[in-house]
Amino acid sequence: MKISRFFKTILMTDFISGLFIAVKELFKSKKTINYPFEKGKISPRYRGEHALRRYPNGEERCIACKLCEAVCPAQAITIESAERADGSRKTTRYDIDMMKCIYCGLCEESCPVDAIVQGPNFEFSTETREELYYTKEKLLDNGDRWENVLAANIKSDNPYR
Amino acid sequence: MEYLNIIFQESYKILFLLVPVLVSVAMIVWLDRRVWAFVQKRQGPNVVGPFGLLQSLADALKYIFKEIIIPASSNKVIFILAPIITMTLALIAWAVIPFGVEQVLADINVGILYIFAVSSLSVYGIIMGGWASNSKYPFLGAIRSAAQMVSYEVSIGIIIINVLLCVGSLNLNDIVVAQKEMWFVIPLFPMFVIFFISALAETNRPPFDLPEAEAELVAGYQTEYSGMMYAMFWLGEYANILLMCALGSILFLGGWLSPIDLYPFNLIPGALWLIFKILFLFILFALVKAIVPRYRYDQLMRLGWKIFLPLSLTYVVLTASYLFYFNLLPTI
Repeated sequence: MKISRFFKTILMTDFISGLFIAVKELFKSKKTINYPFEKGKISPRYRGEHALRRYPNGEERCIACKLCEAVCPAQAITIESAERADGSRKTTRYDIDMMKCIYCGLCEESCPVDAIVQGPNFEFSTETREELYYTKEKLLDNGDRWENVLAANIKSDNPYR
Repeated sequence: MEYLNIIFQESYKILFLLVPVLVSVAMIVWLDRRVWAFVQKRQGPNVVGPFGLLQSLADALKYIFKEIIIPASSNKVIFILAPIITMTLALIAWAVIPFGVEQVLADINVGILYIFAVSSLSVYGIIMGGWASNSKYPFLGAIRSAAQMVSYEVSIGIIIINVLLCVGSLNLNDIVVAQKEMWFVIPLFPMFVIFFISALAETNRPPFDLPEAEAELVAGYQTEYSGMMYAMFWLGEYANILLMCALGSILFLGGWLSPIDLYPFNLIPGALWLIFKILFLFILFALVKAIVPRYRYDQLMRLGWKIFLPLSLTYVVLTASYLFYFNLLPTI
């Protein structure tokens, strides 16, 4: 054993320098946030909980083209459609199985009318599996609740699409 | 009637000691987690109560309401007894810790021997828990723990002999008073370092937390425990850590003596000084936890038997010959 190594071991220089680094780090600002009270910034492109949007006049945007159903790699979306009294084609059923969904965002990309979108909400955990089978009502309700944020996000992301 | 009176008085005194110790154990767990988090630039527990101070109480409440699972193949009596023994032994040692000249529950003449005996016994709680679980990981953890605690007890014992040579008494109050001129940390500094490291090993703290090495042994001897029984192991462990910090501050840092015997420092009561010293040592414990990786088992044994034991024995000879040559041996 080299003599310098011997003294290094006996005097525990590595340990003491480590201790000083630890004390220095002790007083530095924290890198983490107080999560439930403080939240990190989320990109406008964030792919969170799904929502079905409406036109400003209250009409559903979805035209039941089923592109999202076709593109969905996890086959989480189920759509059934019918002709309405005014002759327009609308969905009668629009279900997303949120447990199958892989949050890839392909449904949002494929939608020609910006009807199905993924919003910034990621806190939708539930206590039962049943609550995660999203129906059309639930998705439209989400759209109504998040409309302001969704519209702003789509607008700010528009130049890059 | 007189007996009743004595019993009442004594239990009053015991409660007056036990409750603060238990509360400080809870606080110390919080401090440990918080220091650990701060070194890693995390927030640590900060939600329950001011600065998260009540986190340990919340945890304790959770443990109380959890189900206690007793494995079917376990030896039930010993399985239940093990955490009780660990916690009791960790707490009864506090009886002889002096917080001031008169502020000690049992001012016995063999105080240090008593602490040493009790802390040696605490290995029984662990080995009983590991054996009674009748499962492989707890058993391996308990064996490791027993071997580790026994080896480091030896060097701690010899370090204590160093101090006793300078004092000439086994009474903890006498040890503190003997440091009036100079704390033993100055002449016996190498012994203080070895004592600190041995205390880490003795209380199964990182870098010597082999008995509960998560990667290898799940949770060591605690694997099969749940609910309040787990919490009792955990309380006992932290009470032991506090006890080791108290022992370190009494043996080397002058116990309840103030660092300088001058006017403004004299006003602060001795108990507070002891608490400051315990806290200082505990923060060192917590910092060490944050900066060191775990030792391998053979490294641990080598450090204990091949380095600490000869070093502390040599120092005993040095101290004894120094005291003898300069005629400084304490008169009994």
